[in-house]
Amino acid sequence: MIVAQHLTKYYDDKAAVADVSFTIQKGEVVGLLGLNGAGKTTLLRILSGLILPTSGSVSIAGVSLAQNPDAVRARIGFLPENPPVYPEMSVVDYLTFVAHLKGVKQGVVAQVERALAVTDLLKVRDQRIGTLSHGYTRRVGIAQAVVHNPDLVLLDEPTSGLDPVQIVHMRDLIKSLAGTQTLIVSSHILSEIHQLCDRILVVKSGRIVAEGSEHDLAGKVQAAAVVAIEVRGSKAALQAVLGKLTVVAGHRVDAEADGVTTATVELLRDAREELAAALVQAGLGLRRFERVKLELESIFMELTGNSTNEVRS
Amino acid sequence: MNKVWFIMRRELMGYLRSPIGAIIIFAVLVLDGLLFNAFAIGTGSKKSSDVLEAFFYLSSGSILAGSVFVGMRLIAEERQMGTFTLLATSPVKEWQIVLGKYLSALVFLAVMTALTVYMPLLVMVNGKVSFAHILAGYLGLLLIGGAGLALVLFASALAPNQLVAAIVGAVLVVLFLMLWLLSRVAGAPLNDLVGYLSIHDKHFRPFMRGVVSLQDVVFYLSFIYVALCATTRVVEARRWR
Repeated sequence: MIVAQHLTKYYDDKAAVADVSFTIQKGEVVGLLGLNGAGKTTLLRILSGLILPTSGSVSIAGVSLAQNPDAVRARIGFLPENPPVYPEMSVVDYLTFVAHLKGVKQGVVAQVERALAVTDLLKVRDQRIGTLSHGYTRRVGIAQAVVHNPDLVLLDEPTSGLDPVQIVHMRDLIKSLAGTQTLIVSSHILSEIHQLCDRILVVKSGRIVAEGSEHDLAGKVQAAAVVAIEVRGSKAALQAVLGKLTVVAGHRVDAEADGVTTATVELLRDAREELAAALVQAGLGLRRFERVKLELESIFMELTGNSTNEVRS
Repeated sequence: MNKVWFIMRRELMGYLRSPIGAIIIFAVLVLDGLLFNAFAIGTGSKKSSDVLEAFFYLSSGSILAGSVFVGMRLIAEERQMGTFTLLATSPVKEWQIVLGKYLSALVFLAVMTALTVYMPLLVMVNGKVSFAHILAGYLGLLLIGGAGLALVLFASALAPNQLVAAIVGAVLVVLFLMLWLLSRVAGAPLNDLVGYLSIHDKHFRPFMRGVVSLQDVVFYLSFIYVALCATTRVVEARRWR
């Protein structure tokens, strides 16, 4: 179990991480979601033992990072945004070096072979890292993070700079790790977090502004319901009706053609009956009325306060 | 000490796998050979022991230059490439990182210096110098090179990149070379202290003449120890940034 308590990190007088606390259970895959500069990387650097927090503590399985840094670092694998690889080394030599460095004392060869197999690097095992593609170099980065079979694997923007095919491969690789290791994946790519993580920590300005599953987070945003509607009537007539309803938090007109208008309406509470009745009473022919599942993108925008007012009128 | 060995071995293999090691050795050997011909042998007749003394004097300059080129990259390059993250997030003490890197560079400098041995051997074959004189001179070269290397490693830990590390390292090496000049203008008792800290004048000249004194060896070892401790502190302090 990983416990972070009141982590704060100042760079000069700016708090990159401010009073962050969370607990992660063994085997969980947790996503750190936030915009660039939100403090995700600083948080991962603290958890990896690369930098010390200004205040606060981190412990893994009850062992404190501050009091016993070597014991904790031996249980952590870290892939920074730029994989820490030596281009002149072959993949197998590099992983052997990392295994020794991480304190693997017995079965180094077996551990390296396992890491090569897990990350599908067997066919390039004797190739110099400098000659590998970006995607393979990232795989080597993952391999170095898992070669010592750590309790916790930290991945900072693992798909950064990869092409679409490589992204799919990388996600499959991370999913394959998920069953055996506790993972923290930092990303600003919503679909990545959506596909990989059991739980999400939303980071904004160095603070965790929300945490939970995607479903939990959807419940925490202001809108209680989002409804997609299609009515026979003009855009102006629809906007007139929506403007009178106090339960409407915002709306977006998606299209208007041949006297039919489609729109997305955000409600402050689940007042779908009230909305439907108002539309019918106004003489707008109701052709479609469907509750929309709140997408992670909307949740993220809401939680990080970066709504572009597309929905809100 | 295992971790020190792994770090040292990787560094040494790095010299073999990349052209940088060969380039540094080539440059230093060319420089040393030219200086030996032009100044140590010269044109007039000389005693062979004077030629050997001049060779070690000139070689001390080239090994210090070599120490700047070898030492500048040790930590700064890893920072630039992001590989220092691997070392800093592994269960490795800062002193192990510093010592592993230092020893690898020292071995490289030793190999580079050993390749100049044909010059004193030529003097020995054609003149009359003792083998002990040659050994003493090389011990001195290794110690002064080690001191220079420790200074440049310190600069490499401080600097954000290799260029700055080279400049800061070179300035530090020149400063500690030139302290004997400062000692001449400084008042007592500071002049003695400043003169004592000079890495060349008082401590290296005896080696050039084939004289090994324990106090000079202790000076160099202490100097290296202090510089490596300071480097370790700098690396530790980086975690607070």
